[in-house]
Amino acid sequence: MIAAIAIGVCAGILAGLLGVGGGVLFVPGLVIFLGLGQHQAEATSLLAIIPVAIVGTFKQDGYGNVRRRDALLMGLLSIAGATAGVALANALSGTVLRVGFALLMVLVAIQLVRKTMSEQAGDTHPPQAEATCVNHPDSPDKP
Amino acid sequence: MTADRSLELTTDRALKLAAIGTAAGVFSGLFGVGGGTVMVPLLVLWLGYGPRAATGTSLAAIVFIAGFAAATQGAYGNVHVLDAILIGVPAVGGVLIGTWLQQRMPTRSISLLFAAVLVASAAELLAR
Repeated sequence: MIAAIAIGVCAGILAGLLGVGGGVLFVPGLVIFLGLGQHQAEATSLLAIIPVAIVGTFKQDGYGNVRRRDALLMGLLSIAGATAGVALANALSGTVLRVGFALLMVLVAIQLVRKTMSEQAGDTHPPQAEATCVNHPDSPDKP
Repeated sequence: MTADRSLELTTDRALKLAAIGTAAGVFSGLFGVGGGTVMVPLLVLWLGYGPRAATGTSLAAIVFIAGFAAATQGAYGNVHVLDAILIGVPAVGGVLIGTWLQQRMPTRSISLLFAAVLVASAAELLAR
């Protein structure tokens, strides 16, 4: 129970920092600390992502970072892909999925390090200035 | 300013958004994640998004993507609702902390710590 709460808080912090749903930590957390199988962990992670993404979206929208029409279009048009992806996951063995997921985690770790290093190298655009600037070109929906 | 023209919903743009949504959906369903790992770079490369708009917009799309994928997994009987609540609700607190940190301070050491946690967890998964 305490492990579950700790996983949740950590995944949430990562989600807030990176603007992701947190699934990349939910899934291994559910497997390692709560003993779920890979399929059950992935399925449960998807449900847990929803409140995180809703709250994250509201926060990001407040900073003017959400292009609503594009998000709606992408989200609604994902239904065929999402259904196919779930069917594929359920057709694969837990071992194959687990190895694939481990590779995904390494990929995300590399992305994270590269992003951190590039922010460090070319620090002409401090994130806080970018985020609070309401006329930033990233947010044309919010004049 | 080319911003206005680039925001028009042309067929080309709609097709790209459909392709990104579909790719993110497959990824989300296959791995139990939101699909942001796929969406953010594609929004930047194909549609000229800045990194912040890409993460914000992908997060909004994730609500739908994870919803569709979770419903489908539910039909397979794989969703543990109680566990989802146990990790999902504290995660909402975490996301508020994370967003607050992201907007206010350099997050280099936190990001590197998370990268280390990810690699360690990957090793743990592979060792099983």
